[in-house]
Amino acid sequence: MADTITKPEVKKAEPWFGKKERQLISDPLNDNNPITVQVLGICSALAVTTLVYPSLVMAVAVIFVLVFSNLITSLLRTYIPNQVRMIVQLIIIATLVTVVELTLKAYSYDVYKKLSVFIGLIITNCIIMGRLEAFAMSNKPWKATLDGLGNGLGYGAILIAVALVRELFGKGTLMAGSGAEMKIIGASPDYMINTLESTLFGWYQPNNLMVLPAAALFIIGIFIWIHRSWNPKLVDIS
Amino acid sequence: MELFNIFIKAAFIENMVLAYFLGMCSYLAVSKTVKTAVGLGLAVIFVLGFTMPINWLISEYLLSETGLFGVDLTFLRLILFIAVIASMVQLVEMVIEKLSPSLYNSLGIFLPLITVNCAILGGSLFMVSREYNLGESVAFGLGGGFGWFLAIIAIAAIREKIKYSAVPPALRGLGMAFILTGLMGIAFMSLMGIDPDALTGVK
Repeated sequence: MADTITKPEVKKAEPWFGKKERQLISDPLNDNNPITVQVLGICSALAVTTLVYPSLVMAVAVIFVLVFSNLITSLLRTYIPNQVRMIVQLIIIATLVTVVELTLKAYSYDVYKKLSVFIGLIITNCIIMGRLEAFAMSNKPWKATLDGLGNGLGYGAILIAVALVRELFGKGTLMAGSGAEMKIIGASPDYMINTLESTLFGWYQPNNLMVLPAAALFIIGIFIWIHRSWNPKLVDIS
Repeated sequence: MELFNIFIKAAFIENMVLAYFLGMCSYLAVSKTVKTAVGLGLAVIFVLGFTMPINWLISEYLLSETGLFGVDLTFLRLILFIAVIASMVQLVEMVIEKLSPSLYNSLGIFLPLITVNCAILGGSLFMVSREYNLGESVAFGLGGGFGWFLAIIAIAAIREKIKYSAVPPALRGLGMAFILTGLMGIAFMSLMGIDPDALTGVK
């Protein structure tokens, strides 16, 4: 509790990056993944993952917002009255998201257009609110920062994995829209036959199902399947 | 009639959950039984129906260049919208508690959860980008809420039944819910060809 008087404890200096801290980062990557286990932040995971590049931007934006909102909330945690904590948390998140939105608008307008409302929807991305409630409100700033980083990375990993599958099989490219666009599979335009641009599996016909949002649901469902077969303690018994 | 079209469009053709995949978190987390799904669905209809016109008034009369302050304040949009939603949820909670304690008890903890339901904020952002007027935004809010309500009831009913099927253990529960939602999304796509204007003879 925040308002009880804490007794002065004599403790050995905790290491800055000991086992516990490492666990804060590694846990969300596997046992406690925000998407496949905690079921947080699904909306954006479905909507932006048609291409790899916007998902990369989205992942970076979420990591930024998550780390800093965790840090700020954790610093303020003893001053926030319990009744209005949701509004305070939302204002912190909304401020950070506005920073991200305006930065993106200024430096990368195309991506900003493509992500459209989903940057704004980072505010209601339940990962952020969920981590603030579950962790940052009751932990010290350094740990909260690491927790934010870990969960952001766990979220980003799934986001990019889904986007890789969807873009590769839906369009046959990787990183389309960025400077490093690559054509991997599928037919290349006629005029490029027998050049370096012609691809390995030219017979592949891009699968339009992969571009639909529904495909993201199937892919995440299959990821959950693989994840739980490999890590049986996560299996839903009920 | 035009308002009715917007309602139908928001509820079925552009269903928040199955076409835009908004409000997924609570949709997946609270859809284990039909009873709780009904409660949450009703609360979402309430909140969407109320916040939409309020946010419309805010963006029209406070934030726009022709508004009260005469300066373009759209960069404050996100913060104000979310503050309105958070306080509306709190308000709706108090009103329901006063007027109908039985409904309040059946909704329980799901009311505060609505604050972070992206369907609500998403609805407000769609409203701004589509330039709806006040009446249209109410119709859009109610329609969107109704569509969300239908979707969560449908998935909850399927999940109740599928408990008795031989699903692979690793896919049980969450994994299956994802795949089911995907299938429902594809089914709902068949509604996209419908033109509500043609149906009701407007235009």
